[in-house]
Formats: sequence, C-alpha cells, structure tokens
Amino acid sequence: MSTVNNQTTYNYKVVRQFAIMTVVWGIVGMAAGVLIASQLVWPELNFDTAWLSFGRLRPLHTNAVIFAFGGSALFATSFYVVQRTCQARLFSDSLASFVFWGWQLVIVLAAITLPLGFTSAKEYAELEWPIDILITIVWVAYAVVFFGTIMKRKAKHIYVANWFFGAFIITVAVLHIVNNLEIPVTLWKSYSIYPGTIDAMVQWWYGHNAVGFFLTAGFLGIMYYFVPKQAGRPVYSYRLSIVHFWALISIYVWAGSHHLHYSALPDWAQSAGMVMSLILLAPSWGGMINGMMTLSGAWDKLRTDPILRFLVVSLSFYGMSTFEGPMMAIKTVNALSHNTDWTVGHVHSGALGWVAMVSIGAMYHLIPKLYNLNGMYSTSLINVHFWLATIGTVLYIAAMWVNGIMQGLMWRAINDDGTLTYSFVESLEASHAGYLVRAIGGAVFLAGMLIMAYNVWMTVRIKEAQALDNVPQTA
Amino acid sequence: MSSFWSAWIIIISLGSVFGCWWLLFATRKSQKSNTETEETTGHVYDGIEEYDNPLPKWWFYMFLGTIFFGLAYYALYPGLGSYKGLLGWSSTGQWEEEVAEADAKYGPIFEAFAMKSVEELSTDEAALKVGQRLFANNCSLCHGSTARGSLGFPNLTDGDWLYGGNADAIKQSIAHGRNGNMPAKGLNPAMSKSDITDLTNYLLSFSNRAEDKASSERGAEMFQTACSACHGADAKGMQAMGAPDLTDNVWLYGGTPSMIMQTIEFGRAGVMPAHNELLGDEKVHVLAAYIYSLSQGK
Repeated sequence: MSTVNNQTTYNYKVVRQFAIMTVVWGIVGMAAGVLIASQLVWPELNFDTAWLSFGRLRPLHTNAVIFAFGGSALFATSFYVVQRTCQARLFSDSLASFVFWGWQLVIVLAAITLPLGFTSAKEYAELEWPIDILITIVWVAYAVVFFGTIMKRKAKHIYVANWFFGAFIITVAVLHIVNNLEIPVTLWKSYSIYPGTIDAMVQWWYGHNAVGFFLTAGFLGIMYYFVPKQAGRPVYSYRLSIVHFWALISIYVWAGSHHLHYSALPDWAQSAGMVMSLILLAPSWGGMINGMMTLSGAWDKLRTDPILRFLVVSLSFYGMSTFEGPMMAIKTVNALSHNTDWTVGHVHSGALGWVAMVSIGAMYHLIPKLYNLNGMYSTSLINVHFWLATIGTVLYIAAMWVNGIMQGLMWRAINDDGTLTYSFVESLEASHAGYLVRAIGGAVFLAGMLIMAYNVWMTVRIKEAQALDNVPQTA
Repeated sequence: MSSFWSAWIIIISLGSVFGCWWLLFATRKSQKSNTETEETTGHVYDGIEEYDNPLPKWWFYMFLGTIFFGLAYYALYPGLGSYKGLLGWSSTGQWEEEVAEADAKYGPIFEAFAMKSVEELSTDEAALKVGQRLFANNCSLCHGSTARGSLGFPNLTDGDWLYGGNADAIKQSIAHGRNGNMPAKGLNPAMSKSDITDLTNYLLSFSNRAEDKASSERGAEMFQTACSACHGADAKGMQAMGAPDLTDNVWLYGGTPSMIMQTIEFGRAGVMPAHNELLGDEKVHVLAAYIYSLSQGK
C-alpha cells in the first residue's frame, strides 16, 4: 500500500471537474450579486430590460452562489473526502459523472429560465417543476454514489465529516421534494399544493434548512476534513462532534418559523421557532469550537499559511453569524430587524464569511492535490485573495448593519400625532450610502475570486507543462 | 387544534429539547477525564486523528442555559400545542392593546379635526401637517410624494378630477375607493384597427394634433356610437361614472397616439383602494382636507 497512486486508486476526475466549476460559478454568481447591488445604487443599470431587472437577477444570484458555487464546492469536497476517509473509490464512476453533468445542466437551465421570468416564486426554490424533477434525479444519484462509497469503506467507523455530508444529502432531498410539491399548469408554470399560511410555513421550513443543511451541515463536513488536514493536528474533541452533530440536525429543522414572526402563523409555531433558534446557538458553536481548538498548538502556522487563515476566519464568521441568528430570532429583536437590510447582512456574513471562505480555503488545499502538485502556483496571491475576501466581507456586513438598524428605527419612528415620521422613500434615500459601500464590498470580494481564477489557471498550466516535460524528446 | 395534534406538538417539542438534555449528560458522564489530555479515540482517517477531550465546561453550561430558557418560555408563552402559557399572552392581544393605547393617546387630536369641515381644515396648518404625513405613508406610493401622480395614477394637484373635486367626492374616493373601467373598444366590440386610428385622430384633434382631417371626422362619427354613452356627446366626460374628459389634453394613461390607441383597443382598469377600514373615518377626513388643499387656487 505504500506506493498507492491516488490518481488511479480514487476517482479524482469528478472532483477536479467540480473543483474547477466551483471557481467558475463562484465568479458568475458573485458577479451577478455585484450587478444587482450596483442596481440598488444606480437603478439605470437594469438598462430598461426586463431580463436584467433586479427581480429576475436576484434569484439568479442566490441560486448561482448557493447551488452552483456552494453546490459544486460540496460535491467536489464530499466526493474527495468520502474516498480519502473511507479508503474506497467512488461507488460508481458513471453515476458520479452523471451527477456532474446533470448538475451543470440544472445550473444552465436556471441561468436561462430565471432571467426569462419563469419562477415558482418560492425563495431559493424558484426553479420551475421540470428543473425540480431533474434536481431530484441528480440528487438521488449523488446519494447513491456517496452512501455507496460509505458502504465500501475499509475502516469500521465513519469519519465525522461524512456524518455531516450524509445528513446534508438526506435532509436536502426531503426539503427539496416536500417544498416543491406543485401542480403544473404549463411547461413553465406551476402552483404550490399548499394553501396560504401553510405554504409560507413549508417554504420557510425549507428556506431555513437550506441554510441549516446545505450551507451549514455540508460546509461543516468540509471544515472537519480540511481544518485538521491543513493544520496537521487531531480534531479537538470527538465527544463534542457527537453532541453538536445530533443536536444541530435535530434542532435546526424547528427554527424556520422565525422567518414568519408577527405574521398570520399561529403563535405556538412562532414561539417554537424562537425557542429552538436559541437552543441552536450551542450546537452551532460546537463546530466552531472544534475547528478553532483543533488549531490550538498550530497558531504559528497562521503567519505563513494563508489557506489556514481562510479556514480560521471562516470559522470566526461562522461563530459570529450563528450568534447573530438566534438573537435575530428573538421576537422583540426581530420586530426591529425584520424586512431590513440587517437580514441581508446576516445572510452574507454567513455566505461570504463562512461558506465562501471555507470553500475557498478547501479549494486551495484541494486543487494542487488533484493535480499531484505540492501547492498552488502562487502563495502570495492566496494571501492577497485572503485580504480582499476579508475586507470585502467586513465592508458588506458593516454597511448592512448600519442600513438595517437605521431602517428599523426609521420605520417605527412616530410623530406626536401618531403618524409615522418617515415615509418608505425617505428610509430608502437614507440607505443609499450603505448600498454604495455594500456594492464596493461585493466588488472587492469578487476581485479576490478573479485572482483565485488566475492562480488556479496557472496551477493547472504548470501541470500541463510538466506533462510536456515528461514526453520523451525525439532527435 | 385537535387534542391529537396538540399532544403531537407537545411530544415532539419537548422530545427534541429533552433529547438534547439527555445527549449532553450522557456524553459528559462517559468522559474519561474532565481536563484536556493528549489521548485520542484511536481512529485514524486519512491521517486525521481525534482527541477524546471533554465537552468544554462553559459550552456545556451555555447549552443548558438555553435549554432552561426555552423551557421557561414554553411555560410562560403559547408554544406547546394548544397550551396558552401562564402569562396569557397572544400576538392578537398584544396588537389590540397597542391599538387601544394609540387610540386613547391620539384619538382626541383627530376627534378635534373631525369637528371641522374638510374646507375649513384645508386652511388649518396643523391639520395639513398631519394630512401630509398620512399622505406620505399611505398614498405617495402610487400618487407620488408630491401628489402629481404618474402613468395610471392621477395627478391630485391639477384641479382635473375623474370623480369630482369637491370635499365630499374626494372623501368618498378615499374612504370607499373607486373602480375605473374603460372597456376594450368601448361599446363596439367589432371595432377595427382603422376605426381605432380614426378615433385616435378625433381625440388628438382636441389638442390640434390630428394629422388626417378625414380620418378625424370618421372618428367623430364612431365616437358617438362607441364612446359617448360614458364620455358624453361632447367628449367632456362624466364624473358620475369616472369617465374622463377627453378634450383637456390631460391623459391618465398617456397622450401619445400609440398610448391612446392602446387604451381604446385593450381598455383600462383603474383601482383606487378603499381606505376607510385601514385608516378610520377621522383620518380619512384629515387626508381629504390635505388633498382638497392641493388643488385650491388652480
């Protein structure tokens, strides 16, 4: 076994494909984000075209960053991690290849139908029914490949990263199917089978768990492999892994109703959303503690290793946004924050700070391994990317905090005659500066991604050059 | 909620909370040591080992604290099925209390305004200030912050009224809303494209914009059969029906030839929502005075 060739033992092809597409879709999704953020500063940027209007591009942005960028990162890492930690090749190469091409087709269909205005109008589940069916088929194939590989494992136990990937795969399947039960009217139009408030509750049960399982459990799976690997240290506490895993997956499914505070949802369901969101704080932080404490004893590496920096800072943002979330789920806090930019900022401290940063860190570790190289083309460019990503995220969320709290206060300000002090437009006008800062923050983050693309491109080219060097020269 | 569903909710809610409780204590109880050690679980996955460290104490107590908070909240507030909670709180009750409080505090201000007529209030500085604030939050979304309207939403400052500009008519529009309905092709469903062009030329002639005199004359004839029932034989409209004056060169849906043709061919449906239920009679009264004031002296 000492001369195992990873390239032939394991299926790295599908991992490489998804790893490259992570970078590509990251740039596409974030560029769409920068465009719509700029539209809120300069509305002319919709060019008076329906296809480029905010309402159509916003779901394109969210779907692209969550499912195209985040999804590709999860497929790449989960296929890599499950093979490495089970010491088994993927269950089926052809199914894995189907998962890759099927998922790319889903993304392309989304990129076509959403700007055309085809939408089921459910947040993060906007895609219409034919695409929903395709997603289901691809997802089942993914589950077969992943769990099939687990079944083939050489070790007796299953590594913690795979618990999280497994929970993410099963729960997302359930969420996707239940929330997208709809009656087709035409090829590109369907209606949800649920009425009124029930529809809203099912939607936010889905919506919050898209965050909880797609963007949290899945990425904790990434964290549990790449942090100890990059730090070269054992995971801090196996016990903590057990408690926070089971508590996280059993409590998260309750929290969705906090999106519907002060709505027509019955009081008991609103209370459940708030209580469970607060109890969720400790299970969420369990992952942060386990990641951070794994690094203790290796802190000196932070000075020289920008990949580790990405991972540590992602854990910090994870801890911050999983503290912020339960606070915003408290009804009295929610009364101020609801419908303001604070929510947008909260989502992005998770999306940019946690999800994107941990994915980027994992990709910088992963990509050289996939090409049999010792490291990326340029470490200093990784460092530049790190600072751009951090500064971009901080600008973004600080602007949204200021905007959000200001909007919440303006909307509730009352004159001595009981009328509202500010009209909506006045609060919008006051938000303009924050929107500008947010657009700049997003653009800075995107610039980092472009540097990453260059770095990845050059890394892959080194590999090609080496292959050429190895070709026997003829006289 | 039936007692079955109530019991179901209680069981799974408390089951989740106490499940976490059990998990915490069971895991803590089996700890080999209460301090950090270098001992691992013995598993190795792709070179990754795991320490068998205890649960961090502060984290353990924080987790317990949130569980206690959750249980206390469930005892005090509605959350466990149909159990109402010890405090008897409900979101509807809280809302009703807040409304009652606001009515007691601000009611007298509006009662005083209600004693005066709309015309009197329209010169009362204090009433106009309140009216302007109400307008900004309830009306400006459609009519614009300066009340000058936009395509499909009437200008309220120009003295040109669809349903009448006296105090009663304005108040009626705000309180009970209006439903404007221009049927496609008026009263003549068989109207052809060239008829529509003729009609458009006729309407343009009132502002001296008709380019084809013969067409305009044919349009005048068509107007009498298809349009005059609502807009009047002289095309000066009829406020009782909300049918606009077509001769004054004020166009709710655009006055270019193509927009006029579109209006005739496909019709228009304008909706002013009723505000009586939303704002109450006294606020509608003050709002009417503000809107009345906008077009005075025009």
